[in-house]
Amino acid sequence: MSSSTTPGQGRPGQGPIPGTTLFDGEQAIKGYALNRMCFSFNDAEHRRAFLENEDAYCAKFSLTKEQRDAVRSRNVLALIAAGGNVYYLAKFAGILGLNVQDLGAQQTGVTVEEFKARLLRAGA
Amino acid sequence: MARVVGMIGTSHVPAIGGAIARGAQQDPYWKPFFDGFPPIQRWLADVKPDVAVVFYNDHGLNFFLDNLPTFAVGAAPEYRNEDEGWGIPALGAFPGDPKLSWHVIEQLVRDEFDVATCQKMLVDHAFSIPLKLLWPDAKWPVRTVPIHINTVQHPLPSAKRCLGLGQSVARAIQSWPTEEKVVIIGTGGLSHQLDGQRAGFINKPFDLMCLEKLVDTPEALTGWSTHELVELAGTQGVEILMWIAARAAMGAGRARAVHQNYHIPISNTAAATLLLAPAA
Repeated sequence: MSSSTTPGQGRPGQGPIPGTTLFDGEQAIKGYALNRMCFSFNDAEHRRAFLENEDAYCAKFSLTKEQRDAVRSRNVLALIAAGGNVYYLAKFAGILGLNVQDLGAQQTGVTVEEFKARLLRAGA
Repeated sequence: MARVVGMIGTSHVPAIGGAIARGAQQDPYWKPFFDGFPPIQRWLADVKPDVAVVFYNDHGLNFFLDNLPTFAVGAAPEYRNEDEGWGIPALGAFPGDPKLSWHVIEQLVRDEFDVATCQKMLVDHAFSIPLKLLWPDAKWPVRTVPIHINTVQHPLPSAKRCLGLGQSVARAIQSWPTEEKVVIIGTGGLSHQLDGQRAGFINKPFDLMCLEKLVDTPEALTGWSTHELVELAGTQGVEILMWIAARAAMGAGRARAVHQNYHIPISNTAAATLLLAPAA
């Protein structure tokens, strides 16, 4: 586990990377329940169960209040703050029909078209 | 003894699987990426490797946080993929090569890489998509040895450690008592970041430098800490570790770039494809 004073921001002496949460031991502990639920979405039956009764499904995984609120909000930054790991969260996003451009736009506060245009500019 | 005939690096973005399933390879968005593959497919048809050693990172299909190895070697007779939550098509069984897997494991542990061993292992898009790109008919003509490197949870192994891992695999291949031809595949990258307010980060100069150094001086890419790699390449750009390990698994001899492609963006990623062959 990282010994940093700010969870998820890497080791001391290495400044935080703006807009970035490194998924380290502290985040892994914090996010275990949320990530375990998202890992379960590898299975189509579990995805159906979530969609049929979100409250009941979340209850099975003992999410913290912060995690339950973040899931309800569909807000990626809140899900990350609650310990979510992007690879497991991606499976939740899949249920919602969101791709990584949708997620990028939401996290950076721009429209999907603006986000895509930004990616194109990176290649210019 | 067995010999390495080449190394292939390629991005493994999940959306590529969707594009293949829709037959969108010639769409203007996808064409610059897929056009990087026919020369490599022809090279494979000509060289006909028997085995592929594939360095890739599981994204939460086979491994969860309850039991997450830093390095894991597949030792199964076959490997299957699953839809991963997004409807990725199942591609049937990829043939394994348990005898070679155990030979690699023996060498790795002798060299003090104390790897996890997996007689049963699901392979995710980081394994399945590159194989589908290289052999589009999905009639896998190679047996495979998957080698997983953790990029899900920090601390990640260092670039230097991944180089060493690849060098140990090179020794295993060099002492494999067959006349078989081995192709090394490294998947992932290049620069990209999916998470946080920094999502969409791409670093073209860094990527192009990596592609150049991979040919003959991969050790030049091992000086950065993981933290620095994240700053330079993005949280998912750390997948350059797979390419470094794969290049090292070619062995110490000089290499030449047979083919290279680089295109921004595919999905949120700077996509790259590289084929190296021994120089001599």
